[in-house]
Amino acid sequence: MTRRVLGNGLIAAAVCGLAALPILSSGVAESAVQGSAPEALVRRLTAEQYQNIIADVFGPTIELGGRFEPDMRADGLVAVGASKVSVSPTGLEQYETMARTIAAQIVDEKRRGMMIPCKPAAENAADDACTRQFMVQVGRLLYRRPLTGAELDAYVGAAALGAKLTGNYYDGVGLGLAGMLSSPKFIFRVDVTGSKPDRSGEYQLDSYSKASHLSFFLWNSGPDAELLDAAASGDLTTKRGLARQVERMLASRRLEAGVRAFFIDMFGFDQFSALAKDTTLYPKFSTKSATDAQEQTLKTIIDRVLIERGDYREIFTTRKTYLTQELAAIYKVPLATIQPNGAPDSWEAYEFAPEDPRAGILTHASFTALHSHPGISSPTLRGKALREVIFCQKVPAPPGNVEFDLVNNVAYKTARDRLKAHASEAVCAGCHKITDPAGLALENFDTAGTFRTTENGEPIDTSAVFDGKNIKGPADLGRAAYEHPATTSCLVNRIAAYGRGGVARSDRPWLTELESAFKKSGYRLPELMKAIALSDQFYRPAPVQSAPETSASAPPRLGTVTPVSTERRQ
Amino acid sequence: MTKPIERRAVLRSTTCGVAVSLGLPFMDCFLNVHGTALAASGTKLPVVFGTWWQGLGFTPGRWIPKKVGANYENNVELKAFDPFRDRMNIISGTKYFLDGRPVETHTTGWQIAATGAIPIGGQSGPSLDMMIADVIGKTTRFRSLEVSLDGSRGSFSNRSGSVRNPSEPSPVALYARIFGPEFKDPNAAEFTPSPAILARQSVLSYLKDERQQIMGMVGASDRARLDEYFTSLRQIEQQLDIELQKPAPLESCVVPGKPEEAPPRSTIGEVAKNNKLFGALLAHAVACGQTQVFNVVLGSGGLRKPGDARGWHQYTHDEPVDDSLGYQREVTSFIDFANGAFVDFLRELDGMREGAGSVLDRTVIVWQTDHGYARTHTMDNLPILTVGSAGGRLRTGLHVSAPGDPATRVGLTLQQALGVPIQTWGALSNETSKTMTDILA
Repeated sequence: MTRRVLGNGLIAAAVCGLAALPILSSGVAESAVQGSAPEALVRRLTAEQYQNIIADVFGPTIELGGRFEPDMRADGLVAVGASKVSVSPTGLEQYETMARTIAAQIVDEKRRGMMIPCKPAAENAADDACTRQFMVQVGRLLYRRPLTGAELDAYVGAAALGAKLTGNYYDGVGLGLAGMLSSPKFIFRVDVTGSKPDRSGEYQLDSYSKASHLSFFLWNSGPDAELLDAAASGDLTTKRGLARQVERMLASRRLEAGVRAFFIDMFGFDQFSALAKDTTLYPKFSTKSATDAQEQTLKTIIDRVLIERGDYREIFTTRKTYLTQELAAIYKVPLATIQPNGAPDSWEAYEFAPEDPRAGILTHASFTALHSHPGISSPTLRGKALREVIFCQKVPAPPGNVEFDLVNNVAYKTARDRLKAHASEAVCAGCHKITDPAGLALENFDTAGTFRTTENGEPIDTSAVFDGKNIKGPADLGRAAYEHPATTSCLVNRIAAYGRGGVARSDRPWLTELESAFKKSGYRLPELMKAIALSDQFYRPAPVQSAPETSASAPPRLGTVTPVSTERRQ
Repeated sequence: MTKPIERRAVLRSTTCGVAVSLGLPFMDCFLNVHGTALAASGTKLPVVFGTWWQGLGFTPGRWIPKKVGANYENNVELKAFDPFRDRMNIISGTKYFLDGRPVETHTTGWQIAATGAIPIGGQSGPSLDMMIADVIGKTTRFRSLEVSLDGSRGSFSNRSGSVRNPSEPSPVALYARIFGPEFKDPNAAEFTPSPAILARQSVLSYLKDERQQIMGMVGASDRARLDEYFTSLRQIEQQLDIELQKPAPLESCVVPGKPEEAPPRSTIGEVAKNNKLFGALLAHAVACGQTQVFNVVLGSGGLRKPGDARGWHQYTHDEPVDDSLGYQREVTSFIDFANGAFVDFLRELDGMREGAGSVLDRTVIVWQTDHGYARTHTMDNLPILTVGSAGGRLRTGLHVSAPGDPATRVGLTLQQALGVPIQTWGALSNETSKTMTDILA
């Protein structure tokens, strides 16, 4: 069993008047890998990685025709939860359906000429030589390494048997390909540890596993042919060869997909699939609004950290963003479009005025709407999300046997009043000091993310004391997040764990080095990614991880009022 | 057990349209759970197990019948069950034991109810329904079917901590899965094994051959996870095996029409509509021999009324007890709705007639919840309901009072009633070997 340890500073819990418990910054698992050659890590491809590989290998127009099993989140990341999940029968049924759907498109009359590098001797019988050519080519990209002779024989054999059963060469190839796509060797990423320790006496991954690590980290997809060539030639085992590939991949347009994937994971945007707002109360918040809200934040981040090569922390303070008409309606701002009449809605650059309280991604609907109830905002949920998602601080679950009588919507018109009443109970007094101040500063946004200044006719007070600082509202909260030391250390922790499949106590020196490099670069994300991609530790077998936190397939957690620790010590 | 190479050898020796099934083993799907009678002969049909997961408990003082034993009168909150009173049991007084572990509200209770234990380090045993499915569900096309009524893919059915069976939130998608092109009507006059299924089966046999190689590449914990992949693979193979066999005729099997679903959301109107659709689909699936195990998640937490800012869960915390009524008015209205939904679901099963009986007659559904009283997150005095006699294996019409006993007693009893060879179930204080003999026939 793993035990979490300090990350950004330990918060001691005085959970609802109970004995203080050690609460911690989450995301660092105790090392479980020491001594002899460590075990390889096995991770199930995430839904997005699966889709990206198919698009890279066969083209973006291929339809999958199925549905993925829900991913699992562990230590704050789906990328870490991927090493905790397997495949249920229902899930495998879907993988097999998708494999057949994809394969059928590859061998259909429209595509087979482009996809299969040869023509069979006859279309009504097997042609092992031609099949072999095809399987060698796609197998290397799908399995992220060359197929072994036995694997190749097996899939060529499957295609031959398929041709015999169906009386059609291409259908046979399709069956062989479907087998390859249903294989655990495709669905799971298997890190293979090199056979010998390196100069420091520690083991690293073998070259093909290194290539996969790099590619999934920077592009969120499998390695391309050039990276596999570098792995084959041994280039990835030399500092110069590795640096050449890292530079190439960082300079690629595909880096954006990788950065997006990381923030989608870190910010939990997968939860948007289950997000619903009451359509009677919030008719403007549609499915498209939810999609646009994620995209607004991602575009803002990409703009800051990749295009402008800015300081990562600026995502919490920037007034520059992008909007669609859909979002403009939610934010109640006029948005001029330059599209001709009849053109579909497009994204427009937008900058909130200097005096506007809206600044930074914490004021985006992707944060305020995602961390709310369907019909009402929740300062507690928002504050908890800030602690856990942005600062990597773990907030404990609420205890049982709490009376909630005082929190009712009749006597108290604003969330502040309701929570104040709730927190006036001794059992809860210490519980909300960590989460609620940040959430109360965001009360200018209702559950749909729409700006407001009153609730039930009462003016909303967004002032708060947040980690010792007086803040006056949403923009101040963004500034506080910018200045908070946990903001950058959390980012380092998360992105290192994201790339490597987890981090352990033994990684602390590595994380400290990365934090230092990040600071030195002016908190430039590409520089941090480069430092990770060039470090030895990145290619060492990942640690065994702590327990999963949530599963998308698990029933939604129902807790709303979340008691948290109040005392903080370094 | 048939080795892959043997299967391929059989398949290679055949051509499309030839009765390949002759080369495959006789399937147990024609047998009932005792393995003694062919379903087609019209004798006893096999038992069915279902779960209904409805969170947020009931209101203390409003659900426990005054009388223990038979001929009890339903208390106010359970009046909706009057039509089923003699075909169900109410179990009161049981609790979830925490053994010093912190309670994760709305989570820990479910974990104990489903698996008999609080997971440690993400490791979890199989859930109750999987234990039972491994006994009664091996010969049906689907080992189990999971649905949720709130639009989520949440489920309490899991093989282990790393394999959870996701719920299907869409009746239309469930219909396609069960009654789509791969469905074989047991009453169809003609049956020809599908060449496409034969071909798929041959490919899957190659995957099975990869097991040894990939297992050799990974460590112990990953081996367990990969082994679960191969367990799933075996189930898919079995599914295909069944699709290659001519199914035994089932008199009551009628292929339903494709449903027109409400959007899978968590407002009560949509939940009510989808609940009936799911009930009808599962009843048809059972009658057509497609499954003998199903799991339904009501998804109480997010259940809302249109235009109301708060949902059921929030009301349990936010709503004061009405002094004049003595209970939470809004919360009670949600409990009434959910109980009504369960009754609607039961009616769908009972409406699927099979000779003199119904699907419900050969079924037992267990109703469980996360907290006794959601307002204060209590873990004791839990309501548990069982509906149906599982073809006479359980006695019904009883109120059983078991104050202070682990709730796992009910799970143990149901497993034993349905043929799971276990003497004890659960962990630490939730472990029990005390069968609930009151309800065992």
